[in-house]
Order: sequence, then structure tokens, then C-alpha cells
Amino acid sequence: MIEGILIGLTTALTFQNILMVMVGCFFGTIIGMLPGLGPMTAIALMIPITYGFDPATGLILMAGVYYGAVFGGSTSSILLNAPGVPGTVATSFDGYPMAQQGKAGKALAIAAWSSFAGGTLSAIYLLFMAPSLSKVSLSFRSPDYFALMILGLTAIAAFSSKGQFLKAMMMVVLGLMLASVGQDSLSDITRFTFDNMNLTDGISFVLVVMATFAMSEALTIILKRNDPTSAAKQVSLTELGSIKINKEERTKMYKTIPRSSVIGFLIGVLPGAGATIASFLAYGMERNVVSDEEKEKFGKGSVNGLSAPETANNAACSGSFVPMLTLGIPGSGTTAVMLGALLGFGVQPGPRLYMTNPEIFWSIIMSMYIGMVILLILNLPLIPYIARILAVPKNYLIPLILFFSVTGIYVMSFNNFDIYLMIGIAVVATFLRLYDFPMPPLILAFVLGGLMEENLRRSLLLSNGSWEFLWDRTLTACILATTILIVVWHIYKTFKRKN
Amino acid sequence: MNINTTKIISLLFFIFSAFYLYTAYQIQVFAFDENAPFNARTFPIYLGYAGLFFSGLKLILPDLNTIKVDHKNLEYKKTGILILIAIIYGATILKVGYFLTTSLFLFASYYFLGERRWILMFLLSFPFVAAFMYLLHGILDIYLRDPFLQSIGVMG
Repeated sequence: MIEGILIGLTTALTFQNILMVMVGCFFGTIIGMLPGLGPMTAIALMIPITYGFDPATGLILMAGVYYGAVFGGSTSSILLNAPGVPGTVATSFDGYPMAQQGKAGKALAIAAWSSFAGGTLSAIYLLFMAPSLSKVSLSFRSPDYFALMILGLTAIAAFSSKGQFLKAMMMVVLGLMLASVGQDSLSDITRFTFDNMNLTDGISFVLVVMATFAMSEALTIILKRNDPTSAAKQVSLTELGSIKINKEERTKMYKTIPRSSVIGFLIGVLPGAGATIASFLAYGMERNVVSDEEKEKFGKGSVNGLSAPETANNAACSGSFVPMLTLGIPGSGTTAVMLGALLGFGVQPGPRLYMTNPEIFWSIIMSMYIGMVILLILNLPLIPYIARILAVPKNYLIPLILFFSVTGIYVMSFNNFDIYLMIGIAVVATFLRLYDFPMPPLILAFVLGGLMEENLRRSLLLSNGSWEFLWDRTLTACILATTILIVVWHIYKTFKRKN
Repeated sequence: MNINTTKIISLLFFIFSAFYLYTAYQIQVFAFDENAPFNARTFPIYLGYAGLFFSGLKLILPDLNTIKVDHKNLEYKKTGILILIAIIYGATILKVGYFLTTSLFLFASYYFLGERRWILMFLLSFPFVAAFMYLLHGILDIYLRDPFLQSIGVMG
């Protein structure tokens, strides 16, 4: 492992990669501060730029964007009570009241230090857990992988659907259907191409991400007459005050951070769960474990109440890399986008990644830590200035997002058809978004579609067409049982809410 | 059963899944693969049934939280114009080239979204695209096809 860490450090500490982490964190913070535009959009917009880099650098850039976006989301949560990303909603519970008491700078500093500590601790957990899990996952067979993908898709549908499980499952099926277009990987038979040569190679992953996130979010902003930049304008005018944290506040954070980082990391590892659930759980748990006197302060500007969700959401970001790096199965929509980008580079994440491409595996882990340091020392003092950059009117922002989307497709294929297809998918996605059909399950399903078919094919061929492979192995049966539990729990919750 | 837009979308998805399933059954597989436990049409067939199942359930089950969209407050005109400009952009980018079409696309989009600060509009279109092209083509070595710039000798 020491050798791996050194490989990672050597790769991550090159001038180019440090620059990429800085650019990624900076750009991610900008996008994260805009309510409505989350990390997935930020990463999608970065994809064309990554074409010019090697896989490690490309992924380091995207990881930086991811952390930056979560940090940016916290800023608008604290200063404006307008979370830029869902994972920072719990941050506003105590961050915003603190800002209203004239302690905006302090709240931002607590959030930044908690994020830093949460990210650092979870990077250490990842450092130790990922290689061991990689070794364990080498014993996984096709039925286990197939079951794990079913679990991941069901979980993301259950957790991201805001009570609209069936809608999310429809999006999962749509994602898998889109992934089935083009040549069958084994027999080379073309499917659903309707004699159109442009579809023979299937629909590009970048196209689907750009259409369903970047482009459709831009169209939704115009359609709903939203102005995400108005939040940034207010941030740029806010007086932050001192960013110093006193001894008493530090003592409270020392207790909160370790427990919240463990919750965040473990929730992040679970497929589909992610930063939002982690931050709410950590907030809830913190409220239960603190003294009665401190409990009274929750919702009114509690240090523990702010530190817990911030630690957890950053820890969950690192945690979500675990299934992607070790199993090749992304745990969230954002890591699904990264997985797609990695596949585009010709790198297959999975248990063997850390043996075949150790520089990618370790440099991502190392760059996470560097990203945290950069967020702390660069982005925190720069928040008002970043917000000033953001205070551009949406009349400029939206065309620029569309421009980045079209450029991403253009440099990839030099094909008009792909641009039309992207616009078509974006229009449909915009309409579906209006009626709360979630997009992350579609992306995850699209990325996993090919792998899922391949593993089902192997499983069915090995068992002579019998579906017994689903319960033949204990591991497969356990994963499927967990999937059933998630569905049953979700149905129970829905009925409980109805009554 | 209350008819609302979500139900209509579910119905459309149901029809789409039925069409997908029909097309899946039409996939031509090799003769030796016809009776294999798994061939090129197996997975799509399962997906077709899954689509029918979930959209069917959504159609039958009552909506617990109906989404109401106020269509009067939606900006259809500007969105439509923006989509149209994007389609024209897509149609001309290969023939005219990246620089000119992208710059014009940005300029036109700013204009139709209500912007009238001409100098800023210009700066954020032509010079901005030139700088971005330099970043992609000049620094990152990503090939950008541009017949217009090639014809005037700016690009090799």
C-alpha cells in the first residue's frame, strides 16, 4: 500500500494535476453555488476539457469539481438559505441562523473545516478500505455483479425519487433501453438502430449526460423563469465578518467530526444513498447525542448542528468512490458520470483497476486530500470574489451552458445527428423534469446497461438458462434480499405517509 | 382514476415500452443462437416487460402527490426560440465551422434572452469562442474541424 500511496502522490503532485485540482475546485464551487445546477452538471460540462488529458488527470479534475460543487452548495446554504445541491440542505438548518446572527464568516469557516476534516478522514478510510475491498471483490462472480447492479439501481430509485419510486424506476428502465441501442457486444447484431448508421455504435454516454443534465437544466431555468445567479449576487454583497473559530467551538467540532465522518463514509459507500441522506442522518444523530443544553441550540445556530452535516456530506462524497473504484459500479449519479468518462478513456474500473492502473486508483485518492486542502486555503477566503464572478445574468449563463454541451458532442463525433439527438433528449428530459421524473437513475442505468446485460448473459449461460443463479450463491441471495428490503421499506414508508 | 399529465406521460411510456418490446422481438439473431438461453434479443425483451410493468403500475395506482405545473407561468416562447437556435447551430456547425457558428449562436442566444449590452455580448461571443478554441485546439491539442477558418488560412 505504501508503494501505491507513493505512486498516487507522484501522479497527483505533478504541476498539471495540482493545477487541475485547483481549477476543478474553483469551477465546482462556482457551479455549486448556483441553485439548480449540481455537481453532475459541473462534471458533465468538464468532459470536453478532459478529452485532452490522460485518464488520471481527467478524473482528478472531475473529482475536484465534485468537491468544489459540494463546498459551493454549502456557501449558498449558509449565506442565503438556498442550498445549491441537495446534500447541503441540512447545512442550512444551523448555518443560516448563524449567518443571520452576523457570524457568516464563522459559519463558513466551521463548514470549511468540517468538510476538510470529514473529507480527510474519509480519504483515510478509503485508503485502507479500497484495496481490501478490491481483493474481496475479486471473488465476485457474474451473478453477484448482476445482483449488485439491481441493488444499485433500486437504491438510487428509492433514495433519489422524493417519494416517486415508480417514476424513478421508469427512468431506470428508460436508461437501460437507451443503453441497449446499437451493436450487441457479443454477436455484433444491431438493435434499435432503424437502419440509421449513426446509431450503430450506440448512443454516446457524454451525449446522454449533456442532454439530461447540462442542457435540460439550462432549458428548465429558462422555462421556469428561475434566476440561479440572483443568489450569487446576494452572496457577493454579504458581509462575512471574522472567520476565526474559538476554543470552545473547536472542542465541540472535535467530538462531532469523527462520528459524522464515519456515518457519512458508510452511507456514501452504499449504492444510491449519497451525501443528502448522509448529512440528514448525521444531523439527526448529532442532535440525539449532544447534551440537552446543546440540543436546545439546534436550528438556532448550533456549531454541532452545522459541523455534523458538513462533515458527513464530504465524507459521503469520498465514500461514493468506493463502489466505483473497487467494483466498477457507481454508487451515485455523480460517480456514474465519472465512471462513464473513465470508460470513455478506455479504463475499466473494478477490482483489477488497482493492479492494472495503480496510478489512476491512487492518484484519485491522493487528489481528494489535495482537493480538501485547496478548498480550505483557497476557496474559503475567496468566496465573496467567486460570487462576484457568478453575478453574471442568466442571459449569459444559459447560452454558455448550451455552448459547452454542444461543444462536448461536436469535438467527440463531428456529427450533426448527435447534436439533434442531444437536443431531442434534452427537450424530453426538460418536460419529464417538470413532472418530477428524476434523472440520476436514468444516468446510472445508462452507464450500467451494458455491464448488466453482460453479467446476466454470463449468469444465464452458466446456469443453462435457469434463474436459479439468483439464489445459488449466498452472496447473490444476500444482495437480492437487501434489494427486496429496500423496496418493501419504501412501500411501507409510502403507505405510512398516505395514512 | 384521475387523469393528469403524469398519467398521460405514464401512458406514453407504456405505449413506448410496447413498441420497444415489439421491436425487441423483431431483432434478427443468428440461427444457432435462436434457442440459446441468452441472445441479442433476451435483455431488450426483459426491459420491454419491465417498462410495461412499471408504467402500468403508475397508470393503475392512485397518485399520492400530484404534481401541478402552472403552464401560464412557463416561458415557452424563449425556450422554443433557444431550442430553434440550437437546432440551426447544429445544422450549420459542420459546413460553416466551429468559430463562426458558435459565436453567432452565443450572440443570437444572448439577444433573444433579452440582453442588449452589445459590447459585452460581443466580448462573450467572438473573442470568448476564439479563446476557448485556443484552449482546446492550441493547448489541449483537441482537434476542432473548422472549414471557415481553414479557408481563410487561420487554421491549418
